[in-house]
Amino acid sequence: MNTISRMENQAVARTVLELDVYNHPGVMSHVVGLFSRRAYNVEGILVMPVGSGATSRIWLLVNEDQRLEQMVKQVEKLEDVLGVRRHGAEHEVFIRLEEFFR
Amino acid sequence: MPKQTSETLSGAQIVVRLLERQGVRTLAGIPGGAILPIYDALSQSALIHHVLARHEQGGGFMAQGIARATGMPAVCLASSGPGATNLLTAIADAKLDSIPLVAITGQVPRAMIGSDAFQEVDTYGLSIPITKHNFLVNCAEDLLEVVPRAFRIAASGRPGPVLIDIPKDVQNQVVEVGEWPAVGVAELVPAPVAERVAVAAAMINEASRPILYLGGGVVHSGASAAAVALAEKAALPTVMTLMALGAMPVEHSLSLGMLGMHGARFTNLALDECDLLIAVGARFDDRATGKVAGFCPQAKIVHIDIDPSELDKIKTAHVGIAGDVGAVLQTLLPAVEAQQRLAWLARVASLKAAHPLRLPGIDDPRTPYGLIRAVADCLDDQATITTDVGQHQMWVAQAYPLRRPRQWLTSGGLGTMGFGMPAAIGAALAEPERTVVCFTGDGSILMNIQELVTAAEEKVNVKIVLMNNSSLGLVFQQQTMFYGERIYASKFKGMPDFVRVAEGFGVPAIDLDTASDPRAALAAALSSRGPMLIHASIAMHEQVLPMVPPGAANKDMIGG
Repeated sequence: MNTISRMENQAVARTVLELDVYNHPGVMSHVVGLFSRRAYNVEGILVMPVGSGATSRIWLLVNEDQRLEQMVKQVEKLEDVLGVRRHGAEHEVFIRLEEFFR
Repeated sequence: MPKQTSETLSGAQIVVRLLERQGVRTLAGIPGGAILPIYDALSQSALIHHVLARHEQGGGFMAQGIARATGMPAVCLASSGPGATNLLTAIADAKLDSIPLVAITGQVPRAMIGSDAFQEVDTYGLSIPITKHNFLVNCAEDLLEVVPRAFRIAASGRPGPVLIDIPKDVQNQVVEVGEWPAVGVAELVPAPVAERVAVAAAMINEASRPILYLGGGVVHSGASAAAVALAEKAALPTVMTLMALGAMPVEHSLSLGMLGMHGARFTNLALDECDLLIAVGARFDDRATGKVAGFCPQAKIVHIDIDPSELDKIKTAHVGIAGDVGAVLQTLLPAVEAQQRLAWLARVASLKAAHPLRLPGIDDPRTPYGLIRAVADCLDDQATITTDVGQHQMWVAQAYPLRRPRQWLTSGGLGTMGFGMPAAIGAALAEPERTVVCFTGDGSILMNIQELVTAAEEKVNVKIVLMNNSSLGLVFQQQTMFYGERIYASKFKGMPDFVRVAEGFGVPAIDLDTASDPRAALAAALSSRGPMLIHASIAMHEQVLPMVPPGAANKDMIGG
């Protein structure tokens, strides 16, 4: 990503979504499919199992958009999603990762 | 707890036993290589009647007919690859109309998944966006959890389709089953928030020009009586979506019939004037609202829906209430004041008198409306009505006197041509005591014509009324109205002899065109038992009116 587009992207308000999900094949497809069918870009994705591995946590970095409320409600409806929390762009999960994307 | 003796069963046998335990007695499908173990197990079931469809989409719509007529989840089966892809349209249709469906597909053995094996397709991936949930089953033990859960998900909350993809080796895998799981039933829905119901009641009490707007959720919830009771107590003029027709009897003094693209002028004009819209189990579909900014522009909105994601999706509600609509209406009723609203009802009556629903030809059985009325005159409210998709569907929605919830089975959201006849077969299998009438067109019937032989084989009491205008009528109408009369690809040059086609499939048929007394011919046909095709030509230029042009506000209707 060049400097200009990175600066442009940073001008867009961002939201960090934190999802607790069951950890089995296909869950990621269910989640990202809700975004892709609406042409809603997901800027960042991070997934790791939690604890025993029965569940995972998905972190999504998305642009603020008038569709976000509806997106969150749709994600909450998924059978394999246990909970959704919203954070501001200042949440450090993606900030800390930035050193791997230089 | 009594100790159960364990049994040694294959995955396929477990599936069949779980379906039996769910109370499934009729299902539809087509066998193929990857689902043969389940069919082998099914052959040993004394409880389940398998209906052999002739195309998987037909099987899917038969299951939908069962589910729509009864409200209970119904099952369809297909093999891997093309069997599964053929089923997708019926599944997507169930998703958009919130119909509880459990689709079971065979898959290639686990070791071959991902190898582009014969008849392998990514059924799981394909079905993600068109199901409420889906499963790729990894071992036979998992079936004990997955199958009841699929039924639970299909029936719970807002109903919908669930797909279970089962690799062939999992069907053949033999395991010990000690204890059977509980059957999957709908989960209880949390009670509505009392304060919101109170606010909604206050808004209804204070409104001077309220309208009650009923959607398919009222039918799904079994809340028709509660909705009518609310309308009567609070004197609420009531509109229905396509999916809600039958929730309030059409002749009810408060009924304004169907709203939207092909609603009556007075219905859409009344909505334009209302100051409060009470949406119940309705999702503000674009065919109902027209241009959203022009829909009920003066109204505050109370929105009641079982699916929280529907609240504020299209229109921001002043009060949104998540909950089972039947339960919410029960809570709302005692909090709502009895009113007469004489001024508003008089205004609605004057709109109705000035801009009524016009049904030209209603007394002539050789016109669309007249044919529909003549059919209705031969039947009582116990009859079930299905339709395909197109002009005939809208004419029936406008003109058939629907008076009973679940009397009306139509493909609303997806608008799938080919839905009507297999859905009618399913409805007749589920409720064999009823006469099931499928109104169809010469375009739609050909999309699942092969199921005529299934109708003959099952001897279902299905009467297919084929309204033949030798065209894709709604396309023809739109080209006439909005594309400068450039009629293209909507007039059929070749026309099958539908009477001979039906007879060739083993279904008796009559042609009203050649009947000297069409009413007598209809009466005789509709009072016989078993399948029958009734062919009737109608004029190509007949239009569904009024019509809201796509993208326009509902008050800007053409015609009617």
